[in-house]
Amino acid sequence: MTFGTAPAPHVVAHTGVARVMRIVIYALVPTVVLHVAFFGVGLLVQIALGSVTALIAEAVALRLRRKPVAPFLTDGSAILTAILLALCLPPLAPWWLIVSGTAFAILLAKHLYGGLGANPFNPAMVGYAVLLVSFPVQLLQWLPPAGMEIEQVKLTVGETLSTILTGSLPSRLTWDAVTSPTPLDALRTNLNMGMTMAEAQAAPIFGTWGGRGWEWINLATLAGGIALLALRVIRWHIPVAMLSAIVVCASFMYVVDPGAYAGPIFHLTSGASVLGAFFIATDPISAATSDRGRLIYGAGIGLLTYVIRTWGGYPDGVAFAVLLMNLSVPLIDRYTIPRIYGHAR
Amino acid sequence: MIPRQAIRGGLRIEAHKARSTKHPIRAASLSAHYVLPLDQHSGLPALPLVKVGDRVRMFQPIAQPAPGISAWLHAPASGEVIAIEPRPAPHRLGAPTLSIVISNDGRDEPFDNAAAVSDFEQISPKEACEHIARGGIVGLGGAAFPTANKLESSLCENGPQLLLNGAECEPYISCDEVLMRERADDIVFGARALLHALCATHCTIAIEDDVPEAQKALSAAIEKACDSRIRLKVVPAIYPAGGERQLISTVFGVEVPHDGLPADIGVVCQNVGTAAAIARWIRDRQPLISRIVTVTGDGVRDAANLETRIGTPFASLIADGGGYTERMSRLIMGGSMMGAPLPHDDLPVIKATNCIVAASALDLQPRGAEMPCIRCGACSYVCPAYLLPQQLHWYLHPYDSEQLQRHGLLDCIECGCCDFVCPSQIPLAERFRETKPVLIRELDSRRDADAARARFHARNARLERLEAEHRAKLAEKRRPKIGPSSS
Repeated sequence: MTFGTAPAPHVVAHTGVARVMRIVIYALVPTVVLHVAFFGVGLLVQIALGSVTALIAEAVALRLRRKPVAPFLTDGSAILTAILLALCLPPLAPWWLIVSGTAFAILLAKHLYGGLGANPFNPAMVGYAVLLVSFPVQLLQWLPPAGMEIEQVKLTVGETLSTILTGSLPSRLTWDAVTSPTPLDALRTNLNMGMTMAEAQAAPIFGTWGGRGWEWINLATLAGGIALLALRVIRWHIPVAMLSAIVVCASFMYVVDPGAYAGPIFHLTSGASVLGAFFIATDPISAATSDRGRLIYGAGIGLLTYVIRTWGGYPDGVAFAVLLMNLSVPLIDRYTIPRIYGHAR
Repeated sequence: MIPRQAIRGGLRIEAHKARSTKHPIRAASLSAHYVLPLDQHSGLPALPLVKVGDRVRMFQPIAQPAPGISAWLHAPASGEVIAIEPRPAPHRLGAPTLSIVISNDGRDEPFDNAAAVSDFEQISPKEACEHIARGGIVGLGGAAFPTANKLESSLCENGPQLLLNGAECEPYISCDEVLMRERADDIVFGARALLHALCATHCTIAIEDDVPEAQKALSAAIEKACDSRIRLKVVPAIYPAGGERQLISTVFGVEVPHDGLPADIGVVCQNVGTAAAIARWIRDRQPLISRIVTVTGDGVRDAANLETRIGTPFASLIADGGGYTERMSRLIMGGSMMGAPLPHDDLPVIKATNCIVAASALDLQPRGAEMPCIRCGACSYVCPAYLLPQQLHWYLHPYDSEQLQRHGLLDCIECGCCDFVCPSQIPLAERFRETKPVLIRELDSRRDADAARARFHARNARLERLEAEHRAKLAEKRRPKIGPSSS
């Protein structure tokens, strides 16, 4: 009798790229839910617009590159990019921001470098950085979080949709009434105006620990991140190194001058620290690959994030920190090859 | 010696052994013909001692070792040598390999190996090694390295540590488990013989924590032998904890140097099956003409462990297992992680055949379509050699020999753990297996080129030196003439 043959091993685990991406997307659900609770359904519209754009861009790029469309379109990586980018944009940002940002991320940051697995930079962060550099005004117009003492402006689903698609608010509202800076932005502005830290943080946009609403969103993101750790989709090295670096830097400066520098808790609970640590910096494709390399990579992102936030020209620095460390990955990988069995240290 | 803290890497995977260990070992049916490849052990092919048409008796030596690393072969039955010709063999699927074919007359007339020793403990270690060689004993764990050669190269002043490997970590294979369960006395006897041949003072028998019955049987046998030199060590059942280097690390807490052998750190590792074969040879004067083969998988009706004469066709073993089921799809020699895929069953059992898996779709988890590597590093967490398979994969295309060497391609043991966990379903182990010889060839030729370059430079330097000396002499000769005029 004759049989077909295939090389060993003859069994493999039930896994797959699509499964990994799917788990990461599921782990973002708590973040998205709380985001919607505090800032309205705008995020969902952004995610929908981004996902559709991402899939179209992916399909076009695969076609042009003469690659099979179906396996890559269903791997979930493009949609994950779109969701991460959408989470970084103001919920009422006009549609062309998320569409152009996502298209840039997928077409240029991902496929121009060889598609899935070959992109040296995190596509979502490239998309965000391009938008932030090109359209800083639109990107810093956030909404006030729900639960603030000031009068709350609520938009219906229809109003949200029409605002995003037409770029203009319903006639009863003005942009001044619905927008508010992000907590990190507000803190920077207030400090620049010569306020002390206590005065600066007394604004209604701040909650107990950090930005109002953001505290809870970050907690939800942390829960999702811990789920990823438990499922071994990500390892602890990058998030722990990145958050530790932020805490160490923030604590040091806070001890030096508590009047001028926000404390570590504020840095963890405002902005994109937690999202960055668990969902963005951990993108394995653009991260360092050995455990030691990942510790260095994560710590570098944390350090740069703090530096950009505190002394740089942008209120949050996660995106630029990630891109700068992406740049250093080949170097880190070169010098952090682990010891091999039977070799001397 | 490199200190080592704990076991790293590996997989806890389903063992698939319950089906074949349900029943005790039984004898495989006798075959009409036995095919014995001359190169079925590591090293050089054995040299035939018989001609076509010769009558041979069971246990009779039919081929002797070539000088160097090689092994004896014995007739598994009495009968006639009907051919000495190239035949297909499971370890050389590329091309048929020279084999002695013996027709079985069914009488099993034994040959008396007169050279057998009456009191093994009285002879010198060197003679003991020679005696073990004459039994045709090779490592039965899978590599079939001639045991005597290994022992001779491991002899050292203060006696090495003996490690008997009973950690059968590959899925499906259970021949060592049933051996330890049913023939623990043979293993202990063989251990004592090996201790004597090596002048060793300690023997550790390593056994996995998921085979309690075998543990019990071995403990009882060690107790019965009243030999304090032998101890049992239970190791966690993690694949590939039974790999020689991995097991040595687990048991002794030291690593084997990458460019060395276990003997370099004073350890000799032998399979428990090899120890039992040594016992049969020394005690019962039966050279290695049979071994236990596990026949299992969903593609065969009844799984079993069969005492099988070397040279038996696989098809005959499958018939002993009740034949193929209608779900049969793939034939594998070895286990599901490292086993060799076989294109047909008209192949003989060799000394290295520990298991035949007749696999159905239920046994196989076929790989999905290959996706690009996403550098997740799942592979590096399971690599028992602490490699970064994701980086090795990166340096395969385009082929970068320098980085492949730096990242330890040659330290890969091809266990397949990286394949198993890869979400992108990349056949990593196969790629590494294919590329290793390419890299080795390149390093060898580079070494040759370096040597040639060194010779060339040495020659140039010598010529220049001679030229300089010659010129100096000429100058010396001329100086007296010039000297007075210039002063």
